[in-house]
Amino acid sequence: MTEAIAVSALRKSYGKTVALDGLDLSVAEGEVHGFLGPNGAGKTTTIRVLLGLLHADGGTARLLGGDPWDDATALHRRLAYVPGDVTLWPNLTGGEVIDLLGRLRGGMDAKRRASLLERFDLDPTKKARAYSKGNRQKVALIAALASDVELLILDEPTSGLDPLMEATFRECIEEEAGGGRTVLLSSHILSEVEALCERVTIIRAGRTVESGTLAEMRHLTRTSIAADLARKPADLGALPGVHDLDVQDFTRSGAGGLGARVRCEVDSDKLDEVLRRLADAGVLSLVSQPPTLEELFLRHYAAGGLAVEGAPV
Amino acid sequence: MTSLTGSLPLAELAARRDRIMLPAWIYVLAVLMVSTGYSFKKLYKTPQSREAVYSGIVHDPTVLALGGPLYGSSVGALTVYKYGAISALAAGLMSIFIVIRHTRADEESGRLELIGSTAVGRRAPLAVGVLLGAAANCVLALLMGAGLAAIGLPAGGAFAIGLAVGTCGLVFVGVAAVTAQLSASARGARAIAICVLAASYLVMSAGAAAGSHGGTRWLLWASPIGWATQVQAFAGDRWAVLVLPVACAVVVTVIAALLAARHDLGTGLLPDRPGPATASAWLRSPLAIVWRQQRAGLAGWAVGALVAGAAFGSIAGNIGSLLGSGTGLRSAVARLGGQSGLTDAYLAATMGIMGLVAAGYAISVVLRLRSDETAGRADPVLAAAVGRVRWAAGSLTVAAAGAAVVLAATGLGAGISYGLRGGDTGTQLPRLLGAALAQWPAVLAVTAVAVAVFGLLPGSSVAVGWTALGAAAVVTLLGPTLRLAQWIQDISPFTHVPKLPGGTVSAAALAWLCVAALALGAAGLAGLRRRDIG
Repeated sequence: MTEAIAVSALRKSYGKTVALDGLDLSVAEGEVHGFLGPNGAGKTTTIRVLLGLLHADGGTARLLGGDPWDDATALHRRLAYVPGDVTLWPNLTGGEVIDLLGRLRGGMDAKRRASLLERFDLDPTKKARAYSKGNRQKVALIAALASDVELLILDEPTSGLDPLMEATFRECIEEEAGGGRTVLLSSHILSEVEALCERVTIIRAGRTVESGTLAEMRHLTRTSIAADLARKPADLGALPGVHDLDVQDFTRSGAGGLGARVRCEVDSDKLDEVLRRLADAGVLSLVSQPPTLEELFLRHYAAGGLAVEGAPV
Repeated sequence: MTSLTGSLPLAELAARRDRIMLPAWIYVLAVLMVSTGYSFKKLYKTPQSREAVYSGIVHDPTVLALGGPLYGSSVGALTVYKYGAISALAAGLMSIFIVIRHTRADEESGRLELIGSTAVGRRAPLAVGVLLGAAANCVLALLMGAGLAAIGLPAGGAFAIGLAVGTCGLVFVGVAAVTAQLSASARGARAIAICVLAASYLVMSAGAAAGSHGGTRWLLWASPIGWATQVQAFAGDRWAVLVLPVACAVVVTVIAALLAARHDLGTGLLPDRPGPATASAWLRSPLAIVWRQQRAGLAGWAVGALVAGAAFGSIAGNIGSLLGSGTGLRSAVARLGGQSGLTDAYLAATMGIMGLVAAGYAISVVLRLRSDETAGRADPVLAAAVGRVRWAAGSLTVAAAGAAVVLAATGLGAGISYGLRGGDTGTQLPRLLGAALAQWPAVLAVTAVAVAVFGLLPGSSVAVGWTALGAAAVVTLLGPTLRLAQWIQDISPFTHVPKLPGGTVSAAALAWLCVAALALGAAGLAGLRRRDIG
């Protein structure tokens, strides 16, 4: 696997405030990588180090095979960046800003520019001061997406976009990924990350708490099970990896052959034995839900939610 | 809830936000007038000396055009000639800044949106801006009147000129209130109002230049600044004239209130014109971005410098009679930098002042780098294939070249107007152009201090940058008069500029200034390459 971004043990502090405390991040070439973390976790600081805007205090960072600080200008020809809070020159029109940023990067596809303007429904003749937050965001997005670059670094790119434009954004990113571009997507919108990203890195307080494919992460977490059974199952509570067990016993009322209703959360690697016991009790219906990213997220964000830290990935 | 609900707490907030800026404006305006009156009183003790000054002015249309009509040879009348129209202009400028700051600028930044969602009436922000502007002008009028009376000038005339200036300010409170409704940007609103103000001054100038019986004299009645002169303070005190500006202010403010009821938050009555959908071919570098941002501003500075230069040049020929026999002022001008000949001394002193002005322009351009950095406008540029030095170099180029343009415009204006008076433009134009451009190395040296701080101590670049200019100004303007120790005077780069026209040129001094500028600039850029952005 060739790495587009390789960050290890990155440290950065501002005075006494520690922004990055040994952060690791690895993004393979051609993948769409989700970068998640609560406010103040260090996502933007990491991105600014990758862009060569900040000098890291320690650790290593490699970007597209180069050093983000020393080779900044050369590397920036190969990437495009969309900040989370886009500030533009108030007296330039959106169209002028898009062209300008494209030229500063060293090239832009005029056809793509035109089609993106249409897809994002942006009026390029308006002065930047007249744009709403969402429209300023669109200007930066179009400038980035229309550039001929290998890597897109997007810092909460959809903040301020309406749901329709968010959908357009997703389509565009899917096309980018299909075209082989690498995307680092820092986001708060979990459904977006879930829909777009193959791999995800979750950080908290300047450290990586989890990184891997969504499938791997789900493997580490719990699947929720709801089953209607013909009989009461044998002693589920005693099995390892079963949590929040709730068994309703209907054997006495015997309504329509329903013997018991079971709800529980099961550690994904312990599913096998639980399902065997359920099958033995005669499954009438079964609903199993993989954990959503949101659940993963909440577990890591909540205080003391570091339970899985250090668990094998 | 009426349309004015919530004005009071808003006004309190506005007054708090302006607690430093507003008293500073009022203080400077009042002190300028009062100290001029005081120095005239000391300078022109005899009726003969005043008569000499009077006759030197009233027969010279260019000098009258600059300061406005002169209505007598008393100390009061001379003071009013010197600073009356200019104070009226400055009061107008103050009013425009106050009103736009609390109406359109707040609306543009989105602060008013937050306020508008609370229990605040639709017209309350406008009312607050107008109220604050009116209060400032009232205080200014009273302070100016009391100050002039306190130094022993007739109280009637003192308060007449105070009120003439204050009511002129009131008119522009109203004008700014209207332009704040017209344009969607604070910059646009301010620009329109300032154009009206400048036009008022020009109309007054044209009227005053006609002298006491010329054909265009009626123009004095066609401009708010002209009205201020028509009060004829210390020369008859025509109080009834004050009705004109007050009535005008009321009418204009009512128009603004009517317009305010019609406009939606965030929009202006004048449409924001659409611009080009694609960038022109030259818009492709950091230098081009800065040029695009600065070109209108630079044009304004250049026109201002041209007019100022022309004004100084036209006064220069007459400087002997303007100063009269007041040898104190003569030697003061000579000390300010002159070496031979009062006219050359005067011109050299004004070139020094314009050098400071050009440095002010250049520093403001350099400090835009810092505000671009903190506002996040630098990020998209630096995240593109643009190195930090190239990014900063765009602004530094415009700052340095722009300062040269401002100086050249000064020299051009002075050379043409001074030359036309003496009929030797061919000689004077290159001479004064050279004198103006001789300031350039000193301008670069002061500006380079701002560059160095921006690179090495970005957090304090704004404070240190302007302090450097202020220190240079104090040392240059007051150093010789206060007889400061030479080593203190030597700190200011402007001390080392040859006193042109008339003085000798020291190539070594100019070369050292350039070296200092380059060294400071290089240190700043080296710091910028090493430090964090943001």
